[in-house]
Amino acid sequence: MENVTIKINGMEVTAPKGSTILEAARLAHIEIPTLCFLKEINEIGACRICVVEVKGARSLVASCVYPINEGMEVWTNTPRVLESRKKTLQLLLSNHDRKCLSCVRSGNCELQQLAKELGVEDESYYDGERTPSEIDDSAAHMFRDNSKCILCRRCVAVCEQVQGIGVIGANQRGFATNIGSAFEMGLGETSCVSCGQCIAVCPTGALYEKSCIDDVLAAIHDPKKHVIVQTAPAVRAGLGEEFGYPIGTDVQGKMAAALRRIGFDKVFDTNFSADLTIMEEAHEFIERVQNGGVLPMITSCSPGWVKYCEHYFPEMTRNLSSCKSPQQMFGAIAKSYYAEKMGIDPKDIVSVSVMPCTAKKFEIGRPDEDASGYPDVDYSMTTRELARMIKKLGIRFCDLPDEEFDAPLGIGTGAAVIFGATGGVMEAALRTAVETLTGEELPSVDFTQVRGTEGIKEATYEVAGMEVKVAVASGLANARKLLNMVKNGEAQYHFIEIMGCPGGCVNGGGQPQQPGFVRNTTDIRALRASVLYQLDENNPIRKSHENPAIKELYATYLGKPGSEKAHHLLHTTYVKRSIN
Amino acid sequence: MACKKQTVPFSGTKEQEEALKKVIAELKDTPGALMPIMQKAQEIYGYLPIEVQTMISDETGTPLEKIYGVATFYSQFALQPKGKYKISVCLGTACYVKGSGNIFSKLEEILGITNGECTPDGKFSLDSCRCVGACGLAPVMMINDEVYGRLVPDDIPGILAKYK
Repeated sequence: MENVTIKINGMEVTAPKGSTILEAARLAHIEIPTLCFLKEINEIGACRICVVEVKGARSLVASCVYPINEGMEVWTNTPRVLESRKKTLQLLLSNHDRKCLSCVRSGNCELQQLAKELGVEDESYYDGERTPSEIDDSAAHMFRDNSKCILCRRCVAVCEQVQGIGVIGANQRGFATNIGSAFEMGLGETSCVSCGQCIAVCPTGALYEKSCIDDVLAAIHDPKKHVIVQTAPAVRAGLGEEFGYPIGTDVQGKMAAALRRIGFDKVFDTNFSADLTIMEEAHEFIERVQNGGVLPMITSCSPGWVKYCEHYFPEMTRNLSSCKSPQQMFGAIAKSYYAEKMGIDPKDIVSVSVMPCTAKKFEIGRPDEDASGYPDVDYSMTTRELARMIKKLGIRFCDLPDEEFDAPLGIGTGAAVIFGATGGVMEAALRTAVETLTGEELPSVDFTQVRGTEGIKEATYEVAGMEVKVAVASGLANARKLLNMVKNGEAQYHFIEIMGCPGGCVNGGGQPQQPGFVRNTTDIRALRASVLYQLDENNPIRKSHENPAIKELYATYLGKPGSEKAHHLLHTTYVKRSIN
Repeated sequence: MACKKQTVPFSGTKEQEEALKKVIAELKDTPGALMPIMQKAQEIYGYLPIEVQTMISDETGTPLEKIYGVATFYSQFALQPKGKYKISVCLGTACYVKGSGNIFSKLEEILGITNGECTPDGKFSLDSCRCVGACGLAPVMMINDEVYGRLVPDDIPGILAKYK
């Protein structure tokens, strides 16, 4: 590749042609502060925090979008640059509700960090008129507090470009500019799918999940309640980041220990019900193939994806697997099989989940998700909420020993843990479906073609004399692309896995927030996914149908996959929704 | 914040809808077609209520919010129909210092609508505007082409009565 040499702060730097000043500076170990910039998602040069001085340029330039030229001379730290950044920050702060003490993002707010770095001395200096706003609490999963919004438009870009939805955008102009939905609809009235990617990219406390921490703690302290918890695969791959561990650290053991110390009566694992999902889904798939059912069958684990399908591809809800998601299957089994086994009235069981996801908060309130007569899941918390809870209770996470989950609903296989990465459900399903169809043991359980963080993946497998074509998509813009190909007959598949968030659950909207410069320079999804593939490899049992707890569940309670009882407890229905 | 309530019920005709669909079909594939489509839609309907914006969204695949964002950014687009009598109150510098803000408030109070809205009977619409070129008469308002100057709030009921 052709290189360009420029001078930054008097030092020579060589960078590939087409690089921006921001990228070239990074090569010289200078991190220019940014606020609105998200690589390949929001490259609009709007916030003006990243300005630098370029010799011969009439004004300061936005380094995040300004390309380098041979011989260019750049200064990133002159008084003029620093003064300009500070002035920009002051203007942002003058229209920002500076209630840092009570803000959920205090401590990992990018605006707060900048204020510290650029030296903001006096908060009341910024008092003045503010754009009027109200908190939008209409959605099941989140709040929008525009008094904390700095109009960086990261949420808008991620919603429209990465997810292909676009239910939020900038309305009005000038001082009245605000991020909102069409005709001032609340987010809950729009076709928002609750994926929470907007929260994940928000640099401030303007967007945050509806927390259930206090409700869960109240249940734990109620002696009449039996409070159980399940944790999704991806949580163990992200939670450590909240406690200073590097991205991609496995904290499964410490997480189980922490949950026990929080006071949950039983610490279970969604891996158990991920295995159960595979049993039901693989069975459903085989049945559809053998009996001429609707194909391609599409996975239904991701509630953001399911809601998206209902809004944007309502004619394809018949392609969705009727299987509930692992979260819901877990809850249904907890309040039926487990309740009976333990002799506990299901009305006294409080079923809590910890998920890398905000759409799970929406999912627990869906119709047909209460097989025992009580909601399958009572509270769904994000990974971030769990971290806050651990901190709130003074549990020293890093010093905890590694502990195990409780039996029987805490037993899971390697096939289950990879659910958290894009392609994982497909791989897990193939392991079981292939062995069921051929009746022979797989020589290798690794289906590597469906791994990796690309947005759309395809593979063809020869199974019992039949060609099985599969596809995997993550991120809803990719899902749309894939589904349009299927609709137009440009591609044919038997089985499709779709995850609402790009990269799958490891990059879910409920995972720890990483600041812009980390997102721009690190492959967070791949690092977190590597934790799950390692856990899979280390697990002596790597196929869902070999999970002993699952075998017992079928032998003593459900009968066989797809049985009437299994259908009643573990399957659900879908609705058609409109686009707003 | 834009006005949430739609004060006048939508009464688009089949002909208007067909005209809009024709415009969209013609312009759909040209890059940057959204603004021209919205301008034509406003020519056809006189304003861009949710029903019209939804039609544009459905036909072009553009998210409704994106259309609404453009409609609220440019002052050339109206979300509410104009009344039979269009009232514009100048809030430019000269009129403002002479108290046109109070004139505007009085109109809001009497008509029960605010900036950009139209009364449910379709009779009056209220807008603020910038200089109408009659600063010597400040504060000034216009009702259709009629100019009223040197106003005090107490003049308003009498003037409106002429249009009842």
